[in-house]
Amino acid sequence: MRKLSTVLVLVFSVMLVMVFISCGKKRETIIKIGINAPITGDIPKVGEGSKFAAQMWLEDIEKAGGLQVGDKKYPVALVIEDNESKAESAVKANTKMITEDGVMVIIGPQSSKQAVPAGGVANDYQTPMISPWSTNPDTTKDRPFVFRACFLDPFQGPVAAKFVKEEFGFTRAAVLYDVASDYPKGLAEFFKKAWEEINGPDSVVAYESFTTKDTDFSSQLTKIKDSGAEFLFTPQYYNEVALIVKQAHELGFNNPIIGSDSWGSAETVSLCGEDCYGLFFSTHYAAAGAQGATKEFIDRYQQKHGYVPDDVAALTWDAIRLAQQAIENTGGLTGDVKKDRIAVRDQLAKIKDFAGITGNMTFTEEGDPIKCAVIVRISDQGEYEFYKQVCP
Amino acid sequence: MAFFLQNVINALQWGSFYALIALGYSMVYSILMLFNFTHGDIFMTGTYIGFGVATALVALATALSWSMPGWLLLVLTIIIAMFLTSILGVVVERVGYRPLREAPRASAAITGLMIGIMLEYGNLAILGTQRYNFPSIIETATYDVGGVFLTNKKILIVGVALLLMIALHQFIHKTRWGMAMRAMSYDFQVVPLMGVSLNVIAPMTFAIGSALAAAGGILYGMAYPVLDPFMGILLGWKSFVAAILGGRGSILGAALAGFLLGFIEIFTAMVFPSTFRDLIAYSIILLILTFRPYGFFGQAHSAQLRL
Repeated sequence: MRKLSTVLVLVFSVMLVMVFISCGKKRETIIKIGINAPITGDIPKVGEGSKFAAQMWLEDIEKAGGLQVGDKKYPVALVIEDNESKAESAVKANTKMITEDGVMVIIGPQSSKQAVPAGGVANDYQTPMISPWSTNPDTTKDRPFVFRACFLDPFQGPVAAKFVKEEFGFTRAAVLYDVASDYPKGLAEFFKKAWEEINGPDSVVAYESFTTKDTDFSSQLTKIKDSGAEFLFTPQYYNEVALIVKQAHELGFNNPIIGSDSWGSAETVSLCGEDCYGLFFSTHYAAAGAQGATKEFIDRYQQKHGYVPDDVAALTWDAIRLAQQAIENTGGLTGDVKKDRIAVRDQLAKIKDFAGITGNMTFTEEGDPIKCAVIVRISDQGEYEFYKQVCP
Repeated sequence: MAFFLQNVINALQWGSFYALIALGYSMVYSILMLFNFTHGDIFMTGTYIGFGVATALVALATALSWSMPGWLLLVLTIIIAMFLTSILGVVVERVGYRPLREAPRASAAITGLMIGIMLEYGNLAILGTQRYNFPSIIETATYDVGGVFLTNKKILIVGVALLLMIALHQFIHKTRWGMAMRAMSYDFQVVPLMGVSLNVIAPMTFAIGSALAAAGGILYGMAYPVLDPFMGILLGWKSFVAAILGGRGSILGAALAGFLLGFIEIFTAMVFPSTFRDLIAYSIILLILTFRPYGFFGQAHSAQLRL
């Protein structure tokens, strides 16, 4: 007992001393940008792309000697938190970055599964958050502090449906999606709705699902093949894409398989191999054949990290540059991070015709940008080829 | 009909993995009265070891400009990976379980869970977060048999799994070591008095179980070629269910229950919406266990005698 109280006294005195030390320091305003990314978990490549893009941006700022706001230059720091690709960790990461680290803006989380719950935290704490990649409408809905840098699923679903109709003239669709993840689930629903509007009720002949971490899809795919579907729409992430496409081919389903922007990762083709060649998906940008600032970004990224950046990296770059623009537009910081956050949020909402590398953006009332989608074809060399552009 | 047969094939493949992993649970249980919760992660590690061995062999063959036929590469990969993983199994037994042999069973089971977590995150720390693609050792050939699609890999997976199970059965029933194992499972306090050491039999059990898991892992990698440090968790749990369903400690039961589990899962997905698959599949198993709480081949009295 005596030992315990001695230890407790020691711990408290150390804490007290630390409080005094930290009070004694003179406060300097550092602009902190929070990055909430899946560094580990199901989609680590997404986290890597986000991190690399953010670090490239930081290099630029450091080279310029800081971020110019009004008449003063401020140092910038990144706070990178791993959300492990889990919803609860993303919420925890946001809470920590806002309450402990005092970040001004949060970039991320990337996928809707994390961005929807984490957006609630950011909004409650009145901290502007920009999700680069979350396409689920709920992320920004009724949340004035939450923005995004990509288009939405209610837009992407019909884009994919219309594309298939125009390109192939099919009438019978199959859908296979992860029912436990917000993004595939939402997109599968929007796709189904759009497809049935074009082709009439019951034109989705198989609507099959599985849960996260499943690796065997043989019974679902056997059902899909048996239903007489002319193509399969599967809005999954890269590791599942590789498994689904291969198993479909092994079961003799050789009809087209169509994907969504979650296919756009740099790892899709390396995992899936030749099975994925010739398939289409809708996405935010196509690296092959890019020009101007987009090409500059791609070249620089490739030189540094050895592979072509995927859409997550490009969108993270745009999101963080949007944040930069909004911070600059405030015209001066007060030093009180709570007030500054509100000022940044107001400037973000006012941004018009922002020239991002994934297209021009203007924000709607909800904080969603109006921008175009592209259809990418995976070429016979395994590259993402620009195939078509679809604008709202 | 083709639809039904196709699902039978799917279920046979899926069941093979449950069966191979369940054997490891069952063997360790019958000797040490212990659920080795590390087993799912040993399976995962075995898959990664198989991946490493296959990659190294391909690189070696290329460096020596020696064209190795696919089947030889596969056989070598399986043998080397089984050997390496069995060493891992022995180490887990030595470090994790032997010091706790006199401790309450719960402590040992928790140690197993802990070593599993260490293997998962050790893998994550060493190999990073990148997903690895299991090399396609043999080219996939697809055969269309009257609308039922077979691949050479599916035949191979089920074939090798059955072969390994038969080999294990022969080993346990036809060799002296096997007899020692069976005796030990009967009573591990009296048998050592007759000159059979538990310190030999226990590592051997772990080695065999781990080797089977590694073989299962390589087959798994060929069928589902995306490797993940956490791939062993769910598969491990479900195989554990198979081991219980088969009857704790029963080798034949574990193998049969593994296949049964595969069939129940695939066929519930065939009949019901796929969202209901696990709910219905495991409700059925719960029902079976309600009527046969010791599994298909388990014996009630043996467990009570030892406690």
